[in-house]
Amino acid sequence: MTFTEETRVKAREIIARYPMSRSALLPMLHLVQSEEGFVSADGIALCAEELGLTTAEVAAVATFYTMYHRKPVGEYHIGVCINPGCGILGGDAIWSTLCNRLGIGNDEVTEDGKISLERIECQAACTHAPVMTANWEFLDNMTPESAVDVVEKLKSGQEVMSTRGPRIRSFKENEATLAGFDDGLVDAGVNADESMLAGLKRAKELGMSAPEAK
Amino acid sequence: MAIAQGSLTPVLSAHWDEADSYTIGAYMRHGGYTAFKKAFQQGPDQIITTVKDSGLRGRGGAGFPTGLKWSFVPQGDGKPHYLVVNADESEPGACKDIPLMLANPHALIEGIIIASFAMRANHAFIYLRGEVPHVFRRVNNAIREAYQAGYLGKNIMGSGFDLEVVLHAGAGAYICGEETALLDSLEGRRGQPRLKPPFPAVAGLYASPSCVNNVETIANIPYIVNNGVDWFRSFGTEKSPGFKLFAVSGHVNRPGIYEAPLGITMRELLEHAGGVRNGHKVKFWLPGGSSVPMLTPEHLDTPMTYEAISEAGSMLGTGTPMVFDETTSVVRAVTGWLAFYKHESCGKCTPCREGTYWISDVLHRFEEGHGTEDDIDKLVEICQQISGRSFCALGDAASTPFPAALKYFRDEFLQATRTPANETYSPEKATVFAGVAR
Repeated sequence: MTFTEETRVKAREIIARYPMSRSALLPMLHLVQSEEGFVSADGIALCAEELGLTTAEVAAVATFYTMYHRKPVGEYHIGVCINPGCGILGGDAIWSTLCNRLGIGNDEVTEDGKISLERIECQAACTHAPVMTANWEFLDNMTPESAVDVVEKLKSGQEVMSTRGPRIRSFKENEATLAGFDDGLVDAGVNADESMLAGLKRAKELGMSAPEAK
Repeated sequence: MAIAQGSLTPVLSAHWDEADSYTIGAYMRHGGYTAFKKAFQQGPDQIITTVKDSGLRGRGGAGFPTGLKWSFVPQGDGKPHYLVVNADESEPGACKDIPLMLANPHALIEGIIIASFAMRANHAFIYLRGEVPHVFRRVNNAIREAYQAGYLGKNIMGSGFDLEVVLHAGAGAYICGEETALLDSLEGRRGQPRLKPPFPAVAGLYASPSCVNNVETIANIPYIVNNGVDWFRSFGTEKSPGFKLFAVSGHVNRPGIYEAPLGITMRELLEHAGGVRNGHKVKFWLPGGSSVPMLTPEHLDTPMTYEAISEAGSMLGTGTPMVFDETTSVVRAVTGWLAFYKHESCGKCTPCREGTYWISDVLHRFEEGHGTEDDIDKLVEICQQISGRSFCALGDAASTPFPAALKYFRDEFLQATRTPANETYSPEKATVFAGVAR
């Protein structure tokens, strides 16, 4: 697709954040992905033009990182953590359940374009295992049943809340967030959930606290 | 008064039970943004001395003394300096920086102000892994609030000190947690490690003197500056002073964040976390990520310090213990971790690129029940060929899980020359929803 002038203005906004323009490349790739749902040849060309790089230089970067997709993902890109900390605690079972239910495998998209699946590695949420993500928002402490429920709801356009974050929005919308464009959702969801508070709660129950400075 | 052994001591996490804990208002209600003003009065050299004297060690995994790292940044060289915060938390088992940034991002921002002031950096970057948009929102909001309060930007509080802070999202690459790969990635390149020397302190970001520090490390700084070296050293041991966000995960009844002095034992942490899930017992545990050797129940009384865990044959790493009970197949776990390292190897150096492929391939044979005794020797040899011979620590990490598992569970690998792991150990029984009515 041909990008609008608006996209180029945003790209220049990103470039202006950095002392050296090339540092803007990763967020710019998130930006073009937020417009197209993947990184196309046109998206690569836009980054190259704005940064004075060759398309080969940009493609070399775009293909290194797993979050950049060279073909469209679903409106809701679902990650299932299969790293042992989650996989053993139930992630592997969730993965096979979702594959069977949706009839797709890793890096594949349902026919209606709604859901894609990815086997993901550690999401830094092992205390909330098994963990899934929907467009990278946390879905913590999942079971095969709750996983199916989430994808069915997303497929049929119903609202799904992240367990530590906002209502699940589209893949493109979240890519714009990662490019650094504020979405006004900072206050969504809890500040800290039960697992994050487990130690503080226990300390209070036992009357424990850090000593005051003298 | 000395802190009683086994205590929990919430500092970074002390106010997470207040719903607005991530806002500047909450942070300031509890004394936030007073430390950087003290730092401005004391001057950069005094801050570096304080951090050195505190004995604070890097919380990202390597445990390098933070003040010493700062002091490597040459001063008066006329070049721009950069502070880069490593917020690329991706180590399997590590899940403490992400909660910290969700619930208390201002401790990080104030730490950045003080650290940048100390090393005379006028530009700081937070390199956050891309897969956490809600953390991005919380940290970006904290930066915005700090600018609005006049704590970031030009001539902060009339001090003459300028600081710009930029939040930067990565895009899915574990290797970018390696500091030189992170710098290449932040420069808009493939995230591959650099040959050292030169070290980042001499030629880091944009070939300028730079310092890369972990999130939790930097978040400690305001508390150290505010409360002093003696206070900080009242936690932990001589060689491992301070407190730590221990993220306890796996087969425990109450997985979560437990903030305690370094030196608490795993048995004490387990008790706080409600013990191993009911009716089960510990089979093996990893003190700080999949990149450190596993330990067994006999090591549960080891103090969680850099020195004691090292003595026990492992490493404290990220200080985020993962606990697995007797329903877990060690063959399956190790095969899973090696699939991870194979996936994340950046491909730059041959030992890691080829070696992770081969270890992973041979381990799959065991998982499927047709490894051979010769394969065990082969794996030992491949691990020896990678360790110490790869470009960065990822190769060393990849050659860690198997030898450690073999040391304690050789019989299980022998069993896996005949029987698939999933037959010896039912995967269903190891899940958290096993036997739970659904």
